[in-house]
Amino acid sequence: MFAYIGYFLILLALLNITLMVISRPLLTGQKSEYDSLILSTSKLQFPLVLSSFICLAVSFVLDDFSLRYISSNSNSALPYYYKISATWAGHEGSMLLWCLILSLWMFLASVYSKTLDPNFRRTFLTIMGLLNIGFLAFLVFTSNPFERNLSVPIDGKDLNPLLQDFGLIIHPPMLYMGYVGLSVVFAFALTCCIYQEFKKEWARWIRPWALMSWAFLTLGIALGSWWAYYELGWGGWWFWDPVENASFMPWLVTTALIHSLIICEQKSMFKNWTIILAIFAFTLSILGTFLVRSGILISVHSFANDPARGAFILIFLALILGISLLIYMRNSSKMNDPFSFKLVSKESFFLINNILLVTATFTILLGTIYPLVLDLLGLEKISVGTPYYNAVFLPIMTPLVLLAGYIPIYVFFRNNQNKKLTRYFIISMFVVALFTLISSFVTSSPNIYVLLGLFIFFWISINLTFFIYRRYKDLRSFNFLLKNSGMLLAHFGLAVFVLGATIVENNKIEREEVLRLGDTVKLKDYEFTFSNLEEFEGPNYKSVRAEFTVIKDGLPESILYPEKRLYFSSDMPMTEAGISPGFTRDLYITLGNVVSETKWSVRIYHKPLIRLIWLGALLMVIGAIISIIFRRNEKLARG
Amino acid sequence: MFVSTILILISLLFVLFIQTFSDNLLFYRSPSQIKAGNIPDGYVFRVGGVVLENSIIRYEETTKIDFIITDFSNDLNITYTGILPDLFREGQGVVMRGKINNDGIFVAEEVLAKHDETYMPPELTDSLQINESEIERTSKSIR
Repeated sequence: MFAYIGYFLILLALLNITLMVISRPLLTGQKSEYDSLILSTSKLQFPLVLSSFICLAVSFVLDDFSLRYISSNSNSALPYYYKISATWAGHEGSMLLWCLILSLWMFLASVYSKTLDPNFRRTFLTIMGLLNIGFLAFLVFTSNPFERNLSVPIDGKDLNPLLQDFGLIIHPPMLYMGYVGLSVVFAFALTCCIYQEFKKEWARWIRPWALMSWAFLTLGIALGSWWAYYELGWGGWWFWDPVENASFMPWLVTTALIHSLIICEQKSMFKNWTIILAIFAFTLSILGTFLVRSGILISVHSFANDPARGAFILIFLALILGISLLIYMRNSSKMNDPFSFKLVSKESFFLINNILLVTATFTILLGTIYPLVLDLLGLEKISVGTPYYNAVFLPIMTPLVLLAGYIPIYVFFRNNQNKKLTRYFIISMFVVALFTLISSFVTSSPNIYVLLGLFIFFWISINLTFFIYRRYKDLRSFNFLLKNSGMLLAHFGLAVFVLGATIVENNKIEREEVLRLGDTVKLKDYEFTFSNLEEFEGPNYKSVRAEFTVIKDGLPESILYPEKRLYFSSDMPMTEAGISPGFTRDLYITLGNVVSETKWSVRIYHKPLIRLIWLGALLMVIGAIISIIFRRNEKLARG
Repeated sequence: MFVSTILILISLLFVLFIQTFSDNLLFYRSPSQIKAGNIPDGYVFRVGGVVLENSIIRYEETTKIDFIITDFSNDLNITYTGILPDLFREGQGVVMRGKINNDGIFVAEEVLAKHDETYMPPELTDSLQINESEIERTSKSIR
C-alpha cells in the first residue's frame, strides 16, 4: 500500500520538476505566471519527495518484503531503528535520499534567493531543476526502490551487519547533504557564467551555501572515519581506500572554493577560477557517487553490480561536465576578471592555497583512477596504496597548513612593514620551536614527523593567538571575534587535526598476542588482563564477549569488552572492538580467532590523541557554521 | 631566466612525483602467473585465490598459519603470522599482500577477505577463469 503511494509520489515529483523546466520556453511571454510557476514547483518538489521517502521508511518498518529493495536489505528480526536506517543503506534507497536532499536544497534555494536579480534567479532555479530531473530519472529508470519481488519471500536477507550501527544512521545523510549542497553552488556558478558576470554581492550570496556544503562534507567524512575506526576492527582512521578518496576529493576542491570566494567577494578577482572550482567540486561529487555505487570499487558501499547504473551516472556526469565546460568556454573570456596583484599579497597567498589544494586533488584522482583505467584496458591489475599518498601528501600539505597559520596574521604587516614582520617572525619561530621541543619530550618517540606535527600545531595556534591580540589592541574590543571566530576556529581545528594525526600515526602501539583466560599483557604503563569470557544473545545475533581489565600504575583504569558476533541471518562473523576512549589516548582491543580451545588471538592498541582527529574536524564544522551565522555586515571588506 | 628556473623546478618536481607514484604501485598476480614465472621481482605485490580445502595448518601458541590458495589450475603456498579477517575460511576468496621467499612460499604481510560471504575480489573472478557453475559447485561442496 505505502509502496504504491511512494512510487506514485516519486513519479509525480518527476512530472512536477519536468513541468518546471519545460515551462521556460512555453511561458516566455508571461513573466509573472512563469515566476510563480517556477517558485511553486520548486517548493513543491521537497514535500513530494519527502512523502515518498517516508512511504519507503514505513514499508521498511512494516516489513513489506514484497519490495525487492526491502527484502534484500532488511529482516523481520532487525531492530526498528535499523529498519529505518536501512532505508538508505542500499543503493536504491540512498539514491532516493540523494533526491530528497537535492529537493531540500532546491527548496531552500528558492526561499532564500529573493534578493537575487529575477532573471538570474530563474536561470539558477532552472539549472537546479535540470539536475533534479537527471537524478530522479536515474532513480526511476535504473534504481527504483519500489520495485516488486516476483514472489514474496517469507523473510528478508538482512542488512549487512557492518551497517547495523549508529554511525551508518547519520554518516550517509551528512555526506549527501555536502555532496548535493554543492549542486547549489554549481548551478549558481553556471548561471554567473551564462550572465558573464560574477558580482561581489553574488559571491557574498553564494559563500554561505558553499560553507554549508563544506561543513556537511567535513562532518560526513569525519563520521565515516570514526565509523571505520570502531567498526572495522583494524584500529585505523583513514585507509586511502578509493571510497574514502571519492569523498575527500570534493572536500579539497570545496576547501579551495570557500577560499577563492573570499577573493571574489573582496577584490572582485579569481572569478573564472572560482567558477571552474564550483564546476569541478560538484562533478567530483558525482564522480564519487559513480565510483562508489557502480560496483567498480568493492567495499561496503557498493551493492549489486548493475552496469546500467554505472553507464547512466557516467553519461550524466559527462553531460554535466561537458555542457558546463562548454558554457564556461563560450562565456568566460567575456567576463571582467582582472588578474593583477603584487607578488606578495593576500591574493597571491590565496592562489598558492588553491594551487596546493588542487594539486592534492589531482594526486588523489590519479591514484584512484589510474588503476581502474589500466584494468579496463586489460593491461595490468594494480592498486595504489598508503605509501604513495603518504609520500605525496606530506610535501603538498606541509606548506598548506603552514600558510593556514600565516595568512591570517599577514594582514598586519601589509604596508611595507618588513622590519616588523621579520622581528615577529624571529620571535614567533623561537616560541614555536621552544614549545615544540618541550612537548616532544612528553611524546614517547619523537621522530622528525612528530616534531613537524608539533611545530605545525604550535605555529598555527600561536599565530592565531597573535591575531586575536593584535585585533584587540587595534580595536579595543572583542567585537571582531564575531566575524573572525569562524575562521579562527576552523584553522585551529586544522591544527588540532594535524596534531592528532601525526601523534597517533607515529606513536601508536599495536600488539598481537595469543592469550589464555587470566593472562596479562603489559603495554606501556597499562596492564591488560583477560579476565572473563562469556556467551550471550543479542536481538539478531549471538556473541562471545571477552572482558579485559586494565590496570595503570596499580590502579584500575577501565574494563574493555571486545566481542565476536555471529549474525543469524547471514552466517557472518563480526568483530566488535572493545574501546576505552579518552582525550589523551584510546585503548582498543579486538578479538582475533580461537587459536586452541582456551586461547584467543587478540589485538591490543594504544592510540594516543586519536580523538583529536575528529575533534579537529568538529572544530572546522563549528567554525564554518559560525561564519555562516555571523556573516560580515559591512558592505565591503577592508581588504 | 626566472621563468626557466621555475620550469626546471616544476619538471623536476614532476619527475619526482612520477617516481614516487611508480615506486608505490602494487601489482596483482594469480598463482598461475607466478607458476609461469611472472613475478614483479624485489617488490611487494598482491596475490589472490581461493583457500584450498584442508590446507590450513595452524601452529600452537602463535598466530602463525600456513595455507594454500588456488585459482583452480595452480596452487600457491602462503604463510602468515597475525590475526586473520573474520571471513577467512576454506573456500573463501582472499587477497594477500607480501613477497615470495626463496622457497617459493608467499610470505603475506596482510590478508584481506571482505565482509560478504558471497564476495569475490574482482581480480579473482577474472584470474580464476572458471565458469560460474564451477564456483557454485566448489562453494557447495565446502558448505
